[in-house]
Amino acid sequence: MSSSVAPLQLESLTTTVSRSPLQSVLRRLVRHRSAQVGFFILGFFIFIAVFASALAPHSPIAVLKNVKARAAPCIHFLGCPTDQPQHFFGIDGNRRDQLSRIIYGSRLSLEIGIVTVSFAIIIGAALGAVSGFAGGWTDNIIMRLMDVLLAFPGLLLAIAIVAVLGPGLLNALLAIGFVSVPVYARTVRASVLQVKEQDFVSASRALGSSPLGILMGHVLPNALTPLIVQATLGIASAILSAAALSFLGLGAAPPTPEWGLMLGEERNSVFNAPHLVFIPGFAIMLTVLAFNLLGDGLRDALDPRLSNVG
Amino acid sequence: MTQFFLRRLILLLPVLFGITFVTFALARILPGDACYAVFGDKVTPEQCNAFREREGLNDPILVQFGRYLGDVLHGNFGESLRDGRAVTDIILQRLPMTIEITIGAMLFSTFFGILLGVVSAVRRNSAVDVATMLGANVGVSMPVFWLGLMLAYIFALKFKGTPLWIPPSGRLSSGITIAPLAETFQLENLDGLWGALVTLASNAVTFNALISGNFDVLRDALWHLILPCVAVGTIPLSVIARMTRSSLLEVLGLEYIRTARAKGLRERLVIFKHAMRNAMLPIVTVIGLSVGSLLSGAVLTETVFSLPGVGTQLVTAILSRDYAVVQAFTVIIALIFVFVNLIVDLSYVFLDPRVRVQ
Repeated sequence: MSSSVAPLQLESLTTTVSRSPLQSVLRRLVRHRSAQVGFFILGFFIFIAVFASALAPHSPIAVLKNVKARAAPCIHFLGCPTDQPQHFFGIDGNRRDQLSRIIYGSRLSLEIGIVTVSFAIIIGAALGAVSGFAGGWTDNIIMRLMDVLLAFPGLLLAIAIVAVLGPGLLNALLAIGFVSVPVYARTVRASVLQVKEQDFVSASRALGSSPLGILMGHVLPNALTPLIVQATLGIASAILSAAALSFLGLGAAPPTPEWGLMLGEERNSVFNAPHLVFIPGFAIMLTVLAFNLLGDGLRDALDPRLSNVG
Repeated sequence: MTQFFLRRLILLLPVLFGITFVTFALARILPGDACYAVFGDKVTPEQCNAFREREGLNDPILVQFGRYLGDVLHGNFGESLRDGRAVTDIILQRLPMTIEITIGAMLFSTFFGILLGVVSAVRRNSAVDVATMLGANVGVSMPVFWLGLMLAYIFALKFKGTPLWIPPSGRLSSGITIAPLAETFQLENLDGLWGALVTLASNAVTFNALISGNFDVLRDALWHLILPCVAVGTIPLSVIARMTRSSLLEVLGLEYIRTARAKGLRERLVIFKHAMRNAMLPIVTVIGLSVGSLLSGAVLTETVFSLPGVGTQLVTAILSRDYAVVQAFTVIIALIFVFVNLIVDLSYVFLDPRVRVQ
């Protein structure tokens, strides 16, 4: 009996001692309640996005025959007559299957979030790094420009940029990405300033590292914690903003299965076909919620000092 | 004190300059020629030249910027390219609605946000606390236009025929009108800045009804504002509730609170007089920052509730490529945002005397 217990204890002892920073972060993350919920919802959406073509009963843009436009959901299990075709989320105003559109829309929403935030991080990190390393006038000009961009309410500046570029999903994404650049520029600049005077960076420079090498090898790893948290929360707000632009008719063009656009197209049918408004909006909310919860969890896991009281 | 105010004002100048520069640049980096954007593809080169000459587009870019800056300082935003109306008139007509929604939503979110935050902090881990924090997470994740549509569905359709029915659209019920303030107070001959201010105040229906003592109109206007304000205010409410909770919890752990309790003060006094005063600073910051999302939210929600504000006009202007209007609205909204944040900064002086010394 005792011989079977002893090795177990030994094992748990060694893991406690040799846990790397990454392991302990992951451990905190997996135990974080809201991160768990976020992971679960996000996993669900990633699953349906990846297997969209297998899961969706119809093409997202196919106009169906023998169905009524804006027909309510028909689910056999819940008492819909079996002689009618089954449509879990009902039919939209153009006689397309809403479930298929929602499923394909998840693909688009995740892409939107990730593309805009990656764009913003690349530009923002470059600007922040230049600003932090160069200092002086360059720093001043770049940072004052960032201040000015932050002086606009984000979504409204994005709307104004779309006004100039013309409506369209790509332009909307560019606008949203551009508007979120200042946040990342500030973050990276702050870490550059923090790191650049430290001895290990001087040593690295003395050994002949290029500024780019120092940026990649020393600065970015130090900026990673706040960047990851901000990127996760940034994806959430990018998805919301993109949905808002599409809702106004300034983003994705019909017949793209974009959730915000689907909602915008059917906003006037909210009283006679509420499912066409409720479901796309609910999908947006769930996706955004997932990234928000995950962001909260990451912040607590990566830097326990930053976590909220309670 | 005065020095602090002055310094803040001077720091504002580069930002204001930057805002006008960005909006000016936006309109100048149009892909293609502005002339084609305005007249379409069928325009002749002669027409284009005449247009460019008239609009001053042939002048050096710095001269153009200087002229634009001067115009903005004089409150002249040019004419709508679509119907030739002065953009300033459109602003005076449309802005009050958006401001009414923003203020209404701000009052709603501040009051309930602080209330829920305080209750959550005081009764930490209770059912109210858990529900509030869950609700706050969901609240920040909702698209504001979706919430607006859902509220309209519930309160205008599901509650039809009950006292809870709330109108889903419009600013006033049909048949209810209100006279412009200029007429009520015989101010028709005012012009310039004062005339503009009277028009602005007059178009803010709730304000107009309040000071001209027209309480039936006031009640009707407020009734129509309920749903938009709740929709717009929900995201800030969630943020404010969270911030209030964490800020108050932090303060409640401090020793002077223990002292206050030990000397036998009533709990209500400890919370509101001792703890809240110190917890207020981050809360006020969050309220100031949320003005950006309130303004954006108002712009989005107007289209849902068919309200005649900046948002509905902005969307029409973008779709018809009416840059003068887009440019003007962007400048105006950014200015409002900047000034609200200035007020927030200045309020720190009253909330925290240490700021004055720095």
